[in-house]
Amino acid sequence: MVERLEKTEQGVRRARESWFSRVVHLFDRVTVAEGLWEELEELLILADVGVATTAKLLERVKHRVEGEGLREGPEIRTALKEEMVRMLRVDEPPRDVAQPIPLSPSGLTVILAVGVNGGGKTLSIAKLAHHFGQQGKRVVLAAADTFRAAAIDQLKILGQRVGVEVISQKPGADPGAVVFDSLEAAASRGGDVVIIDTAGRLHTKFNLMEELKKIKRVASRKDPQAPHEVLLVLDATTGQNGLAQARYFTEAVGVTGIFLAKLDGTAKGGIVLAICDELKIPILFIGTGEALDDLAPFEAQTFVEALFS
Amino acid sequence: MFEVLSERLGGIFERLSRKGRLSEGDVDEALRQVRLALLEADVNFRVVRDFIATLRERSLGTEVLESLTPAQQVVKIVNEELIQILGGGPVHLASSSHPPTLAMLVGLQGSGKTTTAAKLALHLKSSGQRPLLVAADLRRPAAIEQLVVLGEQLEIPVYREDISSKPVSICAHAMKRAKELGASWVIADTGGRLHIDEAMMEEVAAMKRELNPAEVLLVVDAMTGQDAVRAAEEFHARVGLSGLILTKMDGDARGGAALSIKSVTGVPVKFIGTGEKSDAFETFHPDRLASRILGMGDMLTLIERAEKTLDEERTRALEKKLRHATLDLEDFLEQLRQMQKMGPINQLVEMIPGLSAIARRAPAEMDEGKLKKVEAIILSMTPEERRNPEVIDGSRKRRIARGSGTTPQDINQLLNQFRQTQKLVKQMASARGKKLWDMLR
Repeated sequence: MVERLEKTEQGVRRARESWFSRVVHLFDRVTVAEGLWEELEELLILADVGVATTAKLLERVKHRVEGEGLREGPEIRTALKEEMVRMLRVDEPPRDVAQPIPLSPSGLTVILAVGVNGGGKTLSIAKLAHHFGQQGKRVVLAAADTFRAAAIDQLKILGQRVGVEVISQKPGADPGAVVFDSLEAAASRGGDVVIIDTAGRLHTKFNLMEELKKIKRVASRKDPQAPHEVLLVLDATTGQNGLAQARYFTEAVGVTGIFLAKLDGTAKGGIVLAICDELKIPILFIGTGEALDDLAPFEAQTFVEALFS
Repeated sequence: MFEVLSERLGGIFERLSRKGRLSEGDVDEALRQVRLALLEADVNFRVVRDFIATLRERSLGTEVLESLTPAQQVVKIVNEELIQILGGGPVHLASSSHPPTLAMLVGLQGSGKTTTAAKLALHLKSSGQRPLLVAADLRRPAAIEQLVVLGEQLEIPVYREDISSKPVSICAHAMKRAKELGASWVIADTGGRLHIDEAMMEEVAAMKRELNPAEVLLVVDAMTGQDAVRAAEEFHARVGLSGLILTKMDGDARGGAALSIKSVTGVPVKFIGTGEKSDAFETFHPDRLASRILGMGDMLTLIERAEKTLDEERTRALEKKLRHATLDLEDFLEQLRQMQKMGPINQLVEMIPGLSAIARRAPAEMDEGKLKKVEAIILSMTPEERRNPEVIDGSRKRRIARGSGTTPQDINQLLNQFRQTQKLVKQMASARGKKLWDMLR
């Protein structure tokens, strides 16, 4: 718990220093001036929260300010934090914070990783493999990105670093066949987790999304429950387009959780508020750096708390 | 491209044009909506503020309010200001007086540098240059292999060393190699880095000092949010950029980065990447993009793309068919084969004036397999059926399905698609398309 908090803090430190320090500062003023709301709107929009979600958040806080007679800056700050946490907490029933992806007790847990090009899928998958490996689980990676040049090599190199097996075929091979092989291999070797790396694709490409559906069907051939988790890897610098990404990938393959990658820059990843609010897809992990252990389970309270502390 | 913004602005201006005269209140209401549309499109907050202020000042001028067509005047102003904010006119690559010219691609992780390096090299090669690609990204696993594979595919030489080398010495050696090869351009793919990573930024700044490249191009993912400006500012301050390349413009990116970075940093956008294929790469034209954003199409790019991929005679035939809206299934097949080469049909249709809204309803892109199926179906039809698909009844469908190894459902699907295309072509040839096209000129 402590370690996780540290990780989360480390990841969001920069965002906090620059952006949230301004928010916090706003509340230091004792009385609430009209300008506060406008300034707050600007800050939320600059964090990529989006116009509609920002309006919604501010509306809720305003409502509480009136209803509960909040006057002091710190009270309003607490109210905003609470509303942000409420918006982010969408997993029902709540997931185990220490292990957001529960492993299937009987046999293989299959995780399908999807996302647009350059979002950070491959590194995020390696981090997840490392995460499960640390818990003594046997992980197999499926190199189902057979499209991008050298994507297979990239996963193999990362797999070697993590110390997990990577199942692959030749570039241009059928991704479904790679998935099938990987599941066979994992089953025969008593594996616990299979993580499938798929080619990055823009969510607007009809054919590529159809291909993804096929990959998912192959994954469920042996175990109708599989894939147990469909993880959308989302770049934290993504703007309002992130909502469309989440929507289209969910329509195609039923995204069950989000891996928020690259939260180590100055980007705030505010789009996740909109995604949680509109699509009710929980954020499961955040990626906080380039090292394999730069990963932390996402927990709304911790996340917002770290941003405000 | 930029469908969301385009759609929103289209709606705003349509409502505005229903009013005869405009009051200050009408303009303010429209501008308030434009502001929201721009913010939803990830345009930087500061840029939006300045943009709206300029629009307001100009729109409330007497020449607008007293005009007989005030809404059109407002659209004209928005168009002009959009072009301004996007950089005025196209800015071309600067080549060195002593070739080879070095161009360095820099950017955040995952922005698309390696793919873009290959696209840029192909673009130069197609315009008669002799490019050499340099694999100077030593950090990302297999980045070198990726560039080597792309180089092989495009038949463009790639200079590489092993990962224990330093990027700066690799580039220096590559310049020597380029001279030996008689290459005119050297395109260096560098590792992705965060703009706040001190050591990594110093590395790229040192490369610039040492190698003195004619071009330092920042590769930016068009889907980036508000932070795009900040990263670009940082790269510009530390390294000094000569241009931008926006990637992944073929999705439904909102265009915020495109609209913001130039106006904040003053660095011009030089190219845009518009697809997965290596030739999906275009020179950036602010005026054309502005008119695409305003739903006024982009005939020039359409024609250029046609010229690039089709031979002249076929281009003329295609244009004639499109203009006269006479299209049968044989043309349909021919067109599918031709347009396939030019890019996804949605992309093409949105370049046609007045049709950007229709583009969203156009048949989805077709892959090779589907095309083969369509080909088989059409080739299994009699000449009469191809000319006049209305005669195709249930029994004919079954016959065609047997002949082409498909199902009657496939035939239905194809006929539906054909009808949609026919409708599209009709709308294209209609008065509305022409009017908008004239207005643009």
